[in-house]
Amino acid sequence: MINVSTAVPNDNLIVERQSSILVKGRQRKNQLKCDAESIAGCVSQRACVYCGARVVLNPVTDAIHLVHGPIGCASYTWDIRGSLSSGSELYRNSFSTDLKENDVIFGGEKKLARAIDELVEKYKAELVFVYSTCVVGVIGDDLEAVCKAAAQKHGIQVIPVQSSGFIGNKSAGYRAACDALLRLIEPPGGPRPLNNGRLVKSVNYLGDFNLAGEAWIIKDYLKRIGVEVNVVFTGDSNYRDLKKAPEASLNIMQCAGSMAYLARRMEVLYGIPSMRISFLGLEDTAASLRRIAAFFDDPEMMRRAEELIEQETAAVRPEIERYREKLSGKKAAIYVGGGFKAISLIKQFREIGIDVVMVGTQTGREEEYQTLHDISDDGTVILDDANPSELERFMIEQGAHLLVGGVKERPLAYKLGVAFIDHNHDRKHPLSGYVGAVNFAREVYSTVCSPVWKYARDVGGGLYAAGNKALPER
Amino acid sequence: MPRETKHYRNVNENPCNMCMPMGGILPFKGIEDAMVIIHGSQGCSTYMRRHIAEHYNEPIDVGSSSLNEKGTIYGGSQNLFQALDNIRKVYKPRLIGILTSCLAETIGEDVEGIARDYLKQRGLDDFPLVAVSTPGYGGTHSEGYWLAVKKTVVALARPTEKHDGINVIVPNLSPADIREIKRILELMDIKYTLLPDISETLDRPIARPYTKIPPGGTKVEAIRRMPGAAATIQFGITVEENVSPGRYLQSQFGVPLYNLPVPMGVEATDMFVGLLAGLAGGSVPKTLELERGRLLDCMVDSHKYNAQGRGAVFGDPELVYAVVRTCAENGLYPAVVATGSGNTGLEDLLEPVLADCPGEVRFHNETDFAQIRTTCRETGVNIAIGHSDGKYLTEKEGIPLARMGFPIHDRVGGQRLLSVGYTGTTMFLDRITNTLLEYKHKNYRAAMYRKFYRNTGIEERGHTSLMGQAFGSEECPQLIPVLRGELR
Ligand code: SF4
Ligand code: SF4
Repeated sequence: MINVSTAVPNDNLIVERQSSILVKGRQRKNQLKCDAESIAGCVSQRACVYCGARVVLNPVTDAIHLVHGPIGCASYTWDIRGSLSSGSELYRNSFSTDLKENDVIFGGEKKLARAIDELVEKYKAELVFVYSTCVVGVIGDDLEAVCKAAAQKHGIQVIPVQSSGFIGNKSAGYRAACDALLRLIEPPGGPRPLNNGRLVKSVNYLGDFNLAGEAWIIKDYLKRIGVEVNVVFTGDSNYRDLKKAPEASLNIMQCAGSMAYLARRMEVLYGIPSMRISFLGLEDTAASLRRIAAFFDDPEMMRRAEELIEQETAAVRPEIERYREKLSGKKAAIYVGGGFKAISLIKQFREIGIDVVMVGTQTGREEEYQTLHDISDDGTVILDDANPSELERFMIEQGAHLLVGGVKERPLAYKLGVAFIDHNHDRKHPLSGYVGAVNFAREVYSTVCSPVWKYARDVGGGLYAAGNKALPER
Repeated sequence: MPRETKHYRNVNENPCNMCMPMGGILPFKGIEDAMVIIHGSQGCSTYMRRHIAEHYNEPIDVGSSSLNEKGTIYGGSQNLFQALDNIRKVYKPRLIGILTSCLAETIGEDVEGIARDYLKQRGLDDFPLVAVSTPGYGGTHSEGYWLAVKKTVVALARPTEKHDGINVIVPNLSPADIREIKRILELMDIKYTLLPDISETLDRPIARPYTKIPPGGTKVEAIRRMPGAAATIQFGITVEENVSPGRYLQSQFGVPLYNLPVPMGVEATDMFVGLLAGLAGGSVPKTLELERGRLLDCMVDSHKYNAQGRGAVFGDPELVYAVVRTCAENGLYPAVVATGSGNTGLEDLLEPVLADCPGEVRFHNETDFAQIRTTCRETGVNIAIGHSDGKYLTEKEGIPLARMGFPIHDRVGGQRLLSVGYTGTTMFLDRITNTLLEYKHKNYRAAMYRKFYRNTGIEERGHTSLMGQAFGSEECPQLIPVLRGELR
């Protein structure tokens, strides 16, 4: 296999990282090493199992989210996500058992039990998620037993989430969260297909966390074509609604990285088929609405879907066109959490005339990388679990004008004179549906075409004055 | 000053502090050409990087030994070796700090031992590797910060010839604050080694070429020579002896230690400037005198506004002390003094400062925001001063927050907030006074209406609904303190 280091030599590259980076069209293989453990000292941008589990479960609004572990894990995740609620605000608190040295030595089970008692008493919740962290995994607290006893004592559901940080990465956390959700939705007497009670035109919407109200936007679209959303996993969801999940007749799934496992299990246990959809970008949104209507095989629904697509597209097209004119020919680099997001971003960038020259994810799966490879242009750098030094190198070599990423990547891009798009869970404007498509284009325009670069790219000469053609041109 | 203290409990609701290794990262970001590695699981270091990056808006590269299940069972030295190799290869640092996370400590890793083995095996006898044991469950970020500074001094300081420079050891202040302290030192013609110096590294100008480790920071060579200094000034009066770098330099090398409060407010800045004048045998330059005069002018201009404040001050103990003291100088007495740290010295230290405080002051150590919120409500606090997690108090209780300290995540410019020295104090005071004024202007019409007009009984004629439209409903958080009748 011709690896990157021979394709583009660089003595800073860590040897073990070579198999996780490829340049499309410049290698015989199109296989990328992914889903592997991060290499020590590589300054991986990845988060942990607990982080993945928290991302998925956090939007359950009326649950007590209790982190069993030392304080840090809870401090760094207090209300950092933009999931909105139409009801309870309980989920926005950060509860921790705040384990101290003694608890680590003598075990934290008693403290956990008391913490649950205290919180349930105070907040009268019907549902508690107890997240395990690394330390708990090592000291061997029996989470199951404590949760079970607490559930019985209070007559509510107390669900342990096995999210010890060192047993894998963020995707293991997604799975732990899905397991917790499966326990939550299981009806008394065990899971079984509910063919009779099934609601006819009702779907569960998987993998939308209602960031800045995104799930509400999609719910409205679906309502307008005659589809009821039974419950969203997990944006603006609550205990009661989640319990009804087995009654839907279809699972539509947006973020597959976090939800594919849940969809698969629900198909087996409750006989609910699932369908992949995406509401990011004009093209995907229209295609998804059409596919949902086709699933229900309902001419009226199809007609309404076409009507909605036409109306909404007409409303946003002119503005998006304006941005497209300014942006066409620019180059983007993508580094995001999951493969689904990366794939939709490539498509969204095409809609506004931008080419993607680098794409990577923290936890993309093999089939997602295959898709990324298929839809990328020749010469695109594709990489898994990148670190700042690789991001720096490839943004510069590939001449990116723009990076899409999270909080940690933003300052790096700015320092390099590269524009930036936040595609993170703390965003405060929706990127889904038609309104999201305009927001996206506007945000790209506002950063790529900002006048500040006129000043900030010239300073100091150095790199930019050296006439390096690979650098972003103004 | 009647006082009341509380500790306690089984559950922390909305933490007021971060963990020890996170605090340990910061000093290493203030040493020239240094890198830092967290020995533990990947997730911790990613979270901490995010937390720090969001405050400074700077790239924060921190390695991790990415301990996995295997490392957890058989020990993680292999992982740490690999991490050190890779960090040296990519970043080419001249010093590496190693911090531990809870995981590494729980499985009993001996980082200092591993660090020694590494140096021996790689034949790197002279390479400064500073290993610091910082279990997240062992203390807050404040303790982690001081311990990392101390361990750095312990690792590098060597008996040296006496010289006429002085050591200046600083707590976690903003880069702008550090720049101000340096400016004062330079104005007074003092030769100094300031540790740790994040003034350039964590508030980095746009410049080319981009380097993976930001330029600036305290030079390793200068740290080595700290034992020869004429004196140490340490802004760390809340720092416990066992983690005090200044105390170490004093007991090991006989460097006289002046442990001062952060130079905020007239008194504390006078102490600092006065000490410098004494040490240098010089007088105070005209510029500083003018700045001092301007601060006094600001204090007089604003004193009646400030007198209306009932404050809740929270955060790192060192900063809490400095802020409370500055506020007290201005007649803005705190009702709540809180820190997530277990540091219990604050109360005693603040006793003389708050001697004239007419109201009750409640102290909370090892606290959380649920508790701070309750106490704020009980004591009628109308201004919160501290890091941005205090936005919770604004959202839930309508108390305005003057942001200061670390972290500030919901506003830009935390790294540029200037609060020390005469000039910095003036800017700090203006921020505080303006927060009070903005709050007052927003609320006083509604407050007066509710307090006096209502009592006339005329409101039955439908003015209540008018009120609702004009000033927001009863639930509007801005009005909650008004409804409680706490606004004068
Ligand atoms: S408290 Fe411990 S486990 Fe949690 S983030 Fe801090 S070091 Fe990691
Ligand atoms: S201790 Fe584990 S669970 Fe907590 S932040 Fe670190 S890696 Fe994640």
